[in-house]
Formats: sequence, structure tokens, C-alpha cells
Amino acid sequence: MIEFRIDRRSGVATYLQLVQQTKQALRLGLLQPGDRLPTAKEVVAATAINPNTVLKAYRELEREGLVEPRPGLGTFVRRSLASAGTAEDSPLRGELDAWMSRAQTAGLDREDVEALFKAVLDTRYRLGTGDHTEG
Amino acid sequence: MSTTIALAAAELGKRYKRGWALRGCGFELPAGRVAALVGPNGAGKSTLMALATGLLTPTTGTIRIFGDQPVRSGTHPKLGFLAQDKPLFRRFTVAETLHAGRALNPTWDQAYAERLIAEAGVPTQARINTLSGGQRTRVALAVALGRRPELLMLDEPLADLDPVARDEVMQTLMAEVAETGMTVLLSSHVLAELDGVCDHLLVLAGGGVRLSGDVDDLLAEHQLLIGPSEDSAGLFPTGSVVESRSTGRQATVLVRGAAPVDRPGWVAHEPTLEELVKAYLRSAGKAKAVAEAVSA
Repeated sequence: MIEFRIDRRSGVATYLQLVQQTKQALRLGLLQPGDRLPTAKEVVAATAINPNTVLKAYRELEREGLVEPRPGLGTFVRRSLASAGTAEDSPLRGELDAWMSRAQTAGLDREDVEALFKAVLDTRYRLGTGDHTEG
Repeated sequence: MSTTIALAAAELGKRYKRGWALRGCGFELPAGRVAALVGPNGAGKSTLMALATGLLTPTTGTIRIFGDQPVRSGTHPKLGFLAQDKPLFRRFTVAETLHAGRALNPTWDQAYAERLIAEAGVPTQARINTLSGGQRTRVALAVALGRRPELLMLDEPLADLDPVARDEVMQTLMAEVAETGMTVLLSSHVLAELDGVCDHLLVLAGGGVRLSGDVDDLLAEHQLLIGPSEDSAGLFPTGSVVESRSTGRQATVLVRGAAPVDRPGWVAHEPTLEELVKAYLRSAGKAKAVAEAVSA
């Protein structure tokens, strides 16, 4: 089962952090169709956030068709976000790994790589959406 | 869907010998919310809670708990209250404390109170005066929750607790909210620990309500704008500026309900809960200082 981590200093709304972490787990295959999400009580007993926030996050995931509530049972994953492109053995991941290896050889440290990666990411992808800026 | 109002105040005022502690307070707290009550020392937070319990009677106006006015003869059956000093008989054991809770409260749920004590890992035969601050708070919380309140008010519940105890108390509280759907009104100085916890906000300063409402709505209504100082005068409609600060060339302005600013050099952010509350408290503080200077 997924465990949420809340960063109170991130400036990102708490319910969005839950949504993003769930999607991340769906992308990486840590959550799969049929899996149950933790109940609001389980989440707040671990994170001390407001249960209404958990319900809001789950409603958002439901609206996007990713999860479905089953009354009396909990909230379950409907579909995965894992795509061939993000799997561990995908060619894209291999290329990125090779690129990072070159960056390491060139003497870039973690922060350099993060800054560079984010700069390219931001020019290619609009903030907050999954859409390409071009084409 | 009609919203039940757990706690409401209208024109609420309380005057002590030294002056008004609260004046002209009006707000509504819908049921099911977890609300933060924030304000500087002397803002009237504890007075407001004492008025809700019936320990104090209002000088003006009304306060209502699920529609009823408090009576002096006893706290409203739907209301639970955890006072700041967590009053427990220090010589009692934990078991005796729960026994007293049962004797004093017609709506007492002994099994529930015992479960909360067991979850807290507090031995039932221990005397209250031998417990740590965190354990004492857990016992006081179990006593307050044992009444099965629909509205729980907590006055600075986390003050003088260590970080681990704070987490445990908030985790317990939020888990009980998840299970029972009760309404919570929680006062605190420490804004950072309320972020993510509270979905409703009530800001008191100088005895009056400065801001109240749904946290997400309030954050969305406000913009924190940063831009060149020379530009800032007259840029925003009067009445919309909550606070304007300037450091040399740069101005930081918090505005409410204004249209997006589309002007070179200006960047708009959604404020954090902490930025929002502090701006209101600072501007209330300044208004008070000005009023005192004028009357002096």
C-alpha cells in the first residue's frame, strides 16, 4: 500500500501533494488496478493532516477516472498510469540513464543536473499540465 | 444540501473591567470543518472559547452551538472543550480520571475513552502528576472525546509539547475527525503546524474577527504581488489592499479579490496560509498602533 509524505514547506497544496504522489505511484507501477488506497483515517493517523483533504484528493483522482470508491470497502485503483515509456527497461529510460552518466563524467553534481533537467523540462512541458508546448 | 452551523457568533462582545476583550464578532463555522483560531496574545481567543462553553456570558450579541445559546449550568452536550492548562486532578489515576468523566457526563462513552488511553500507551493505574506533558494531553483529549462531542474546542493543545508528542496528538485528533466527522476549533500560535490540518480559518485580532472562511477559498481570493516600489502606488483598487510592504525598490502587496495584474515587472503568487494570516495580523497591529497614536 502507498504511504504518503507531506511536505508542509513545499508551497504545494496538501491535497495536490496526495494527488501527485498517487499518480507518481501509478506511473511507476507501485500502485496497480485493484489496489486499495489507504482510508482517510489511515492517512491522517500517519500524517496528521485533515481528513477532508484526503477525501478531496481522492475525489480529484476519481474525477480523473483513476480510482473509484466502493462503499463500505474503500477507494480502489481503476487504471494504471504506467506507460511503456516509463518502465524500468524502457529505451527512453536507458537513454536518460546514459545521459546522466555523461553528465557525471563531465563533472556535474546533483544540483547541476537537477537544474539542467528542470530547465529543459520547463521549456518542453507547460507547468502544471502534462501537455507538450509544441505540436 | 443545507449546511449545519456548528458554531456561530453575531455581534458578540465581552467587556471586562479593563475593557473590551471581544467586540462586534460575527462568524459561522460549518459542521465537519477543522478550523484554526489564530491571533496574537490578548486577541480574545480564550474569551471566545469561554463564551462558547457558558463559563462566561456575553456582554453583547450571541454565540450559538448548533443553534443553541450556552447556559451557565453546564456545557452544551454536543460541545467538548480542552482548556489550555488541561485541567485534570493531579492526584487521580488515569482510571479514576475516566471514572470521573463517566460520572460527570451523561453522554460518556467509556469503551471509547479506554481505547484512546490504550492507544496512547498510558498505564491506567498511573497518577496524573507522574505523566509527561504529552501523556497528560492524551488523557485530557480522551476525557474531552469521551463525551462524544460533535464540536470539540481545543485551546493551544500543542503548546509545551515536544515535536513527537505534537505529531501524536494531531494524528489522534485527525483520526477521530475522520471517524466521527466532528467539527474542531483549534487555537494555536504556530501557523506552520496548522497548514494542511485546518480547512477553515478564523483570525482574531484586537478583539475582532479580521478574516474568516474556507481556507482554499481565502487563499484563492488573495494574491501576493511582488513588483517595483515606484509602480505600486495607485496600482490596486482602494479597499483591496490588505498589506503593502516595501524594501527599497521592491514592493510586496497582498490584495484581496482584485483582478489579475498584467503589468511588466509584477509577479503574482497565491499566498501560503502563513503569509495570509501574518499579513492580516500585521495590518491589524498597525491599525491599532495608528489609532492609539491618534488618540494619544
